[in-house]
Amino acid sequence: MKAFTVSKAVTVLLLAGLVLLPLYSQLSGNIFILTLFTRIIILALAAASLNLIMGFGGMMSFGHAAYLGIGGYAVGMLAQEGIGSGFIQFPVALAASAIYALVIGALSLRTRGVYFIMITLAFAQMAYYVASGLARYGGDDGLTIYKRSDFSGLIDLGNRVQFYYLCLACLFGVIFLIWRIVNSRFGLVLQGLRSNEQRMQAIGFPAKRYQLVCFVISGTMCGLAGALLANNTDFISPAVMYWTRSGDLMVMVILGGMGTLFGPVMGAVVFLLLEELLSQITEYWALIMGPLLLLIVLFGRGGIMGALGRAGRG
Amino acid sequence: MLLVVEQFLNGLQFGLLLFLLAAGLTLVFGIMDLVNLAHGSLYMMGAYFAATFAAWTGSFLLGALMALGATLVLGIVLEVTALRHLYGRDHLDHVLATFGLILFFNEAVRLIWGPAGLALPLPAWLTVPVPILPGIHYPAYRLAIIVVALLVALLLYLGVMRTRIGMLIRAGASNREMIGALGINIKLLYTLVFGLGAALAGLAGLMQAPILTVQIGMGENILILAFVIIVIGGIGSIRGAFLAAIFVGMIDTLGRAFLPNLLRQVLSGAAASTAAPALSSMLIYLLMAIVLVVRPEGLFPANRR
Repeated sequence: MKAFTVSKAVTVLLLAGLVLLPLYSQLSGNIFILTLFTRIIILALAAASLNLIMGFGGMMSFGHAAYLGIGGYAVGMLAQEGIGSGFIQFPVALAASAIYALVIGALSLRTRGVYFIMITLAFAQMAYYVASGLARYGGDDGLTIYKRSDFSGLIDLGNRVQFYYLCLACLFGVIFLIWRIVNSRFGLVLQGLRSNEQRMQAIGFPAKRYQLVCFVISGTMCGLAGALLANNTDFISPAVMYWTRSGDLMVMVILGGMGTLFGPVMGAVVFLLLEELLSQITEYWALIMGPLLLLIVLFGRGGIMGALGRAGRG
Repeated sequence: MLLVVEQFLNGLQFGLLLFLLAAGLTLVFGIMDLVNLAHGSLYMMGAYFAATFAAWTGSFLLGALMALGATLVLGIVLEVTALRHLYGRDHLDHVLATFGLILFFNEAVRLIWGPAGLALPLPAWLTVPVPILPGIHYPAYRLAIIVVALLVALLLYLGVMRTRIGMLIRAGASNREMIGALGINIKLLYTLVFGLGAALAGLAGLMQAPILTVQIGMGENILILAFVIIVIGGIGSIRGAFLAAIFVGMIDTLGRAFLPNLLRQVLSGAAASTAAPALSSMLIYLLMAIVLVVRPEGLFPANRR
């Protein structure tokens, strides 16, 4: 049994809060908070997937929002064509994201550093423009999804609480998976590559192949978030893939603490709650949010998790 | 023929404008090793300053000059208060911090100038069409952009390659510790370079302002284009940025002008008119992807460190 730390205690509190949230919502009759947190959990899932390549793999993808769009459009397009079954929509969403990740990963991983940031951004922008050009599926204006994914009675996505727990289960599942991946031999090789690629290659590990597999896993996870997001909003539009959304995801990861298991969840919760709160105080919430980000970068090394770790050590 | 020449010049003009933006970006990147996403905000501020000062003074030129000075000052203030502390940090930190600055600037503009866009009307002497070839006229203002941008490019080249400051800038790019050890005030040099980059971005913004409307977020799309350019050209290389900017400007403009007709030859009318805009927007990113796959460090990588 490892020692008690502040960061662990806060994490446990956060997770317990997420699990018990629907109960609070039912008791207080506050439905809005459930809707808000469903969105937060879905984006936390996306942030967690980004953290896998960014925090553990050292690959700074600035185009992660593309998967949100791909997963969402898979659901939306199939629904539009009359295929409403979630058993078809979700696997298609995951497969489409995986294939996209495979292609752009294979190309992008030829570059490194800032060039990698930029090429992933370029691919995401391409995806954005493709989506804007899909006239049959709404083009720029987006596509309304009239019926949520149908899981033939197994789970009803129209029910707020059931949908919330589905999203939460997906988030926990993904984090569990990431935990297993990071601590496996594969994950250790990956982290070795992050700290010194040359040395790992000299030992005889095919660096690119490991990184590509990780890239695809991460993309697939984010595709799942996209499919959930489309179901949550009953709507999908190219705006989901816009580069500022990729920036938001990066902010969540770094805010929470890059390369920690629960950091992205923490980051997503804090970032989105802050956004919600500030926008209630003032219309010009970004005026506060922007400098806040700057300050976090300047003074808050390691994000929230880092700060909690320091607090724990006293 | 008329259309081809006109679009060709439009492409050149857009490319040169992009160069102004990319030059500042690549200087800051090459010398301070700083990824500045807020560069597009400086472009936007240049346009807003110009529209405001021009309306205030009643003179386009005077307004433009004042806007240029204002962006220079803004850039210096930004460097001294915030960005200076980011040198030597991880690129990811730069992305995040300057992403925050974009949010801030967009919101500040909304607060000060309101959500509606502004217009920057041209003086009468710049709106007349000028004959460039027998039978072909081209707007004087667009020609002026081409001339000014070429002039600035030339000055920049001479300034960086032929003057003492330029020599220091180049030396700072290749080894910052050494130049500091030789007794050069590197901090001041960095501030200067950043201010110069900001002024270039402001110049691009204020020159583009009369053609497009001045609006919030105008800097973001063009910023991405500028990044594409410096990545294609090779980060830190002004020559690369110049060539890539012209190339990207041409491809973007010519693609938008002629792709719909080309597609109509192969596709049905409806399909072509929906696919063409998306495809022409994608062309540049496609170009960048191809360049990076073939030459992962850009076409003209700056001298290695």
